Amino acid sequence: MQITLTLNGIKVTEDVAADMLLIDFVRAHGCKSVKRGCETSNCGLCTVFLDDKPVLSCSVLAARASGHQVTTLEGLQAEAAEFGAFIADQGAEQCGFCNPGFIMNALALFRENPYPSEEEVKEYLSGNLCRCSGYEGQLRGIMNFLAWKKQKEAAE
Amino acid sequence: MNTVNKPFRKKDAMQLVTGQPVYMDDVIPQDCLIVKLLRSPHANAIVKTINTTVAKKVPGIEAIFTWEDVPQDAPRYTQAGQTYPEASPRDRLLIDRHVRFVGDVVAIVAGKDEKCVDKALKLIKVEYEVLEAVLDYHTAKDNPVLVHPEDNWVSLCPVGADNKRNLCAHDESSSGDIDAVLAASDIIIDHVYHTKACQQAMMETFRTYCSIDTYGRLNVLSSTQIVFHARRNIANALHIPKSMVRVAKPRIGGGFGAKQTAVSEVYPAFVTWKTKKPSKIIFSRVESQIASSPRHEMEMHVRLGATKDGIVKGIDLYTLSNTGAYGEHGPTTVGLSGHKSIPLYGKAEAFRFVSDVVYTNHMSAGAYRGYGATQGLFAVESAVNELAHKLNMDPFELRLKNTVQEGDVMPAYYGAVNTSCALDRCLVKVREMIDWEHKYPMRDMGNGKVRAVGMGMAMQGSGISGMDVGSATLKLNDDGFYTLMIGAADMGTGCDTTLAQIAAEVLDCPLDNITVFGADTDTSPYDSGSYASSTIYVTGKATEKCAMKLRAQICKLGAELLECAEDEVEFDGKDVFKSEDPAQKKSLSEIAYASQFGHMVPLEATETHTSPLSPPPFMAGAAEVEVDTETGEVKLLEFDACVDCGTPINPNLTRVQAEGGLLQGIGMTLTENITYDKNGYPEENSLFQYKIPARTDVGRINVEFESSYEPNGPFGAKSIGEIVINTPLPAISDAIYNAIGTRFYELPITPEQIAMAVAEKQK
Amino acid sequence: MMTIREYKRAESLEEAWQLNQKKPNRVLGGMIWLKMETINVGTAIDLSGLGLDTIEETEDGFSIGAMVTLRQLEEHPGLAAYTHGAVKEALRHIVGVQLRNLATVGGSIYSRFGFSDVLTLFMAMDCSVELYKGGIVPLRDYAERPYDRDILVRLIVKKEKAEFFYQSVRNSQTDIPVLTCAAARLADGSYRIAIGARPLKALLYAFPAQAGVPAQELARKLADEVTRQVVTGSNMRGSAEYRRHLAGVLTKRAVVELEARAVQEEN
Repeated sequence: MQITLTLNGIKVTEDVAADMLLIDFVRAHGCKSVKRGCETSNCGLCTVFLDDKPVLSCSVLAARASGHQVTTLEGLQAEAAEFGAFIADQGAEQCGFCNPGFIMNALALFRENPYPSEEEVKEYLSGNLCRCSGYEGQLRGIMNFLAWKKQKEAAE
Repeated sequence: MNTVNKPFRKKDAMQLVTGQPVYMDDVIPQDCLIVKLLRSPHANAIVKTINTTVAKKVPGIEAIFTWEDVPQDAPRYTQAGQTYPEASPRDRLLIDRHVRFVGDVVAIVAGKDEKCVDKALKLIKVEYEVLEAVLDYHTAKDNPVLVHPEDNWVSLCPVGADNKRNLCAHDESSSGDIDAVLAASDIIIDHVYHTKACQQAMMETFRTYCSIDTYGRLNVLSSTQIVFHARRNIANALHIPKSMVRVAKPRIGGGFGAKQTAVSEVYPAFVTWKTKKPSKIIFSRVESQIASSPRHEMEMHVRLGATKDGIVKGIDLYTLSNTGAYGEHGPTTVGLSGHKSIPLYGKAEAFRFVSDVVYTNHMSAGAYRGYGATQGLFAVESAVNELAHKLNMDPFELRLKNTVQEGDVMPAYYGAVNTSCALDRCLVKVREMIDWEHKYPMRDMGNGKVRAVGMGMAMQGSGISGMDVGSATLKLNDDGFYTLMIGAADMGTGCDTTLAQIAAEVLDCPLDNITVFGADTDTSPYDSGSYASSTIYVTGKATEKCAMKLRAQICKLGAELLECAEDEVEFDGKDVFKSEDPAQKKSLSEIAYASQFGHMVPLEATETHTSPLSPPPFMAGAAEVEVDTETGEVKLLEFDACVDCGTPINPNLTRVQAEGGLLQGIGMTLTENITYDKNGYPEENSLFQYKIPARTDVGRINVEFESSYEPNGPFGAKSIGEIVINTPLPAISDAIYNAIGTRFYELPITPEQIAMAVAEKQK
Repeated sequence: MMTIREYKRAESLEEAWQLNQKKPNRVLGGMIWLKMETINVGTAIDLSGLGLDTIEETEDGFSIGAMVTLRQLEEHPGLAAYTHGAVKEALRHIVGVQLRNLATVGGSIYSRFGFSDVLTLFMAMDCSVELYKGGIVPLRDYAERPYDRDILVRLIVKKEKAEFFYQSVRNSQTDIPVLTCAAARLADGSYRIAIGARPLKALLYAFPAQAGVPAQELARKLADEVTRQVVTGSNMRGSAEYRRHLAGVLTKRAVVELEARAVQEEN
């Protein structure tokens, strides 16, 4: 079947199988940041934005995304680099495999709630598993980023 | 120091946080054969007949291989990533007619896409002769049912293995008269402890891509910690010359020891070798949970004798380890359960450590961070906590009376001298971090909630003494930048960066002036691989030596250009200059270009290192939990830990190693369960069932460092990677005991066990 | 593994219903569970174009479209106020926001899974489901029905003078529950206690008002009653015995909490 969706701002029209999952669709279109870590919707590695809402691309049919906007980390490079630098400054990216999904969801959080508390951060990101970092370094990075952002906004 | 002991960003950090395509499945061509495996539904069976005729007719199917394609009497191989001759028995065939666990490989299917491969998998007809299985490891030794009855099973090392007894290994060691010491002890703690086959659960499952290169050789790109061992294992499995195999690794999405075993490599290797077409295998999460290389399930019987003043006089340990259907890392993991727990107690006059490693019809175990020490430390440290309680003594105080000291000879640690140790300082620090004085042992918060604390300590090693080999190659290039080539595998740990920090320190240059490449069997200098906590201590030392050697070469060419003797010049990282007249100098860039223009001085060096010692890092940890005594739920409020890893080469990365390792230990203690169904199949076969901690599961993890200086390590460094997983097990267990007064001897400790224990007491 | 031959975004409920009468066809919810099934779907019927993704609040109650996501539910201020935060408490443990942005109310209620927090939650309310052909059916009746081929259109919650409290016990924070408990105390002092994840699906226990019984004693009485009545089973997350014990503990806590709120209200 033919679908048309907007992937990172670019309109894509293509024939896909009815059961093609969005994760496989975006990877086939070069968005390799989107990773698969499980088959049970538990890990959060495949997080993308569907019309600006973070969703698990492993649980969305490509067909269902037809007519919608899909955003991956490839479409958010400046934001990823800006925020990701704070994760890098903690060494908390570690193996990096969970990072794109984690960073996507963190960016979603900041859009919904610009200055979340530590508890709000933990709760919002609870569906992003990481086996390397113990989460502490990620949390430090997030809180440092938020403090920096606040300072920057105050200065503006 | 300029670069060592500084918190530099990882060299690959920005690439990773921006999601660049750097992992195996990101960098390979999209059109390659998809390889999947048909797995056995039986724990022990013989494939009587297998019919692939219909399956092969599925459009898109390239090949299907079964045991009929693999000579059954040919030499067996092991998937263990270990130095030759491997301690693990060679007990595998690429496809064996005799399948030995639920999930063992029955057929390899390769086709153009997943759909056709999945279809073909369903169409293969197999008739099994189902055999009785060994599913209780207590009954494995000398069981009439043999997991490996075959005659081509072979053990290359004297590890006490005997396949006709279901024994993968047996060992005994001792010092002093343990029976006499125990008989003379005022108090004996005598218990059996049990830990399960926990999964590393790295986020990137096992995966491998293979192709044939320009020279007709098999090129393997795999998510592995052990490129060199993998090359040997693959060649042995395929029965092809090692010269025909090249193994390289891209970025790895986590390993934690899982990828110290060549779990996925041989299958696409076989497909590509046979078809000469590129192929890849990507394990599903289910496969990664049920047919991989988890921790060895162990049962440890501890008998510990002490004086009434709390001096540990002797430890008698018997460990029974379940290696599963194959022996990967079986003979070696078990040793750490005793050799890295008993030596902590420096005043002991005797020890005995006996171990059996048995074959069963469970999935094969492998290497997981901690590698047996984790299991042994849970047992011994829990026993010591119980001792402290029985003597009505603060467990920190008891530890401080007993800890091994710098300079002590450690009889249970192969008689090695403790060359560097700040364990006492770690203990004092952790006691303060958690505010032990005010929290020990417990506080009733009302509403059925109780808060309590518990602690434990640990040691590990730094590489395998007298065996592990690390190497580094450094070369000077145009404009004066360096290339560092290593065979160690950065699996997220950051060794590409920390090794470059060591080189930069020696070469007096900025970290950015060094590019790093690893690891590839064709181009990297030999390295055992990244495991056994060896990278910083062994490969790091090789890097230090290598950088020294290259420095000398730079001076040599610099002197030649300055037309003076080598001993008349110095090098400050930027210029080689005459000691007596620093104005006479040649810049690094000039020297680099000169080396490419009519000169014979190689500005390239390789150094190799091994160490007769494996200096232990030490650690203390303490947990504060809140237990809901009615529901049994445990909230880990805080975990505080202090590590002595010698000099932290990169304090950020050592800290994150510690935090990450601690969380894995916390998971092992509280949520990561393995239960086998009646067929020997682990029910926790996904991340839905196998619960690794989410960030809402834990409170704060705080890490501090008290550093000793290890004279044999690079800039005083010891290892960090493994020790960090060990302390949560005894610490949290003891905190739960302090909360409810019931001691658990098996992990994980579930809410149900706690609630029911409390309810039982109230009856 | 799941396969789907065709995908159809239904243009009307009638079309969706017609398609759903064919055996291999399936209505898509959030696809969280469907994706994990080993199933060959003929036509996957998507209701997402039918405007069923809104929550409407009136003075009398809430109308919750079948395609409303769990995330919408947990963020809805009206539901939060009405249930005293019980909706959020019931949903916040479900894996993560990315999953809850997909999982739908219709999918959760139609599936009637034993471990469902959503089913337990609504069971304690005056809640009905609207079926395209079958009309309006009380949720507790619907929960008992076998799976059929009707289309679940929306959930209807009638507002009552009641206070709600939700609890669950989980082996880890984002795991499915070992036991769930949704409690409602009506203005007259009567109670509805829904116990789910037994591990079978939620059951409702109702208790008339007991005038003059002190809170602690009432809590103990209802806890004993639920413990006596509840039918529990064992699975890898917990034994029947543990679940029975938890049913009592959570009932007791719910009554204590809701009685305290009632006292607060009176003052």
